[in-house]
Amino acid sequence: MIYLQLFISYLKIGFFGFGGGYAMLSLIQNEVVVQNQWLTNAEFTDIVAVSQMTPGPIAINSATYVGYEVAGFWGAVVATFAVCLPALTLMILLTKFYLKLRKNRYMQTTIGAMHPVIIGMILAAALMLIFPDSTDAASFIDGWSWLLFFGTLVACYKKVNPILLIALSGVMGIVIYYLPSLLCI
Amino acid sequence: MKKFAELFWSFFKIGLFTFGGGYAMISIIEREVIRRKGWIEQKEFLDLLTLAQSAPGPIALNTSVFVGYKMYGYRGALSALLGVALPSFLIILLIAIFFAQFRHNPVVDAAFKGMRPAVVALIIAPILGFTKGMKWYLLAVAAAVALAVWYLGISPIYILLAAALIGLTIAARRGKEVEQ
Repeated sequence: MIYLQLFISYLKIGFFGFGGGYAMLSLIQNEVVVQNQWLTNAEFTDIVAVSQMTPGPIAINSATYVGYEVAGFWGAVVATFAVCLPALTLMILLTKFYLKLRKNRYMQTTIGAMHPVIIGMILAAALMLIFPDSTDAASFIDGWSWLLFFGTLVACYKKVNPILLIALSGVMGIVIYYLPSLLCI
Repeated sequence: MKKFAELFWSFFKIGLFTFGGGYAMISIIEREVIRRKGWIEQKEFLDLLTLAQSAPGPIALNTSVFVGYKMYGYRGALSALLGVALPSFLIILLIAIFFAQFRHNPVVDAAFKGMRPAVVALIIAPILGFTKGMKWYLLAVAAAVALAVWYLGISPIYILLAAALIGLTIAARRGKEVEQ
């Protein structure tokens, strides 16, 4: 029963994927490559690369891709649904709890103590992108990168629409890195 | 029906442009959900991110569920979650079906070289807003956490748990002082 296996595997990934994004990678890898052998390690690396190039959380991206590879369209639907289920149920509980207790002193002090940790975590994610483990995942490759970085930072701080900034930086990337190669030929 | 469609569409836009992981989404959510729609308040935003990080699962999904549930209950949560998840589902499905060679396309590759540093900027920009008016020792804690997670590779879950326990202890102590 391949659908059930997909469902259970991605339910697990959704449930234990604390920390989000890249913290989930090893968990996904364990389920998909080691336990069930749905993909080889090389195929898994390809999915990570595709996930970096497409929008959306890597958990969903990998669920859709693996589900489709293993069991077609409905496999993709089942795996994606399974990975969303824990977020839907647990987060509704947590939100209810918060909305009811947010005036409570314990709740306020506890969340307040967690605020600097959250800011630190976001900063850590940015640092990981600026100083990556391997060079093929580098976010900064030359002076243009830093120019785009500071330009976007200032524009975003000045409340320019971030969606526009992402699209614009993509166009700039094509102008800087792709068009010159056309002119040389 | 219209209000659910509005939630769905807002989060569809957010899902469509969440490149480079959930954190880049913070800037987009801030604009769409706080400044344009007024669904949550600015001072509530850091609370929301704290909850979204404390629950398992992608921060994008958790955030959509929080906003959707807060606005219109269960059906709101479902509309927002569908909105944020659908773009990646459809795009990956198309890639899985048609474009096996997608990642080797030179135009796509060049566009991403441009987008990656911009994504880092979108992650950092909201931090500048959050830290405004924050006490210096809290900033020091944030910096220490960043180093611990990034440089030492400590799992943020343990740090979050420790912070929650410290917060509870402080609240309990203050409670006793008030009683006395």
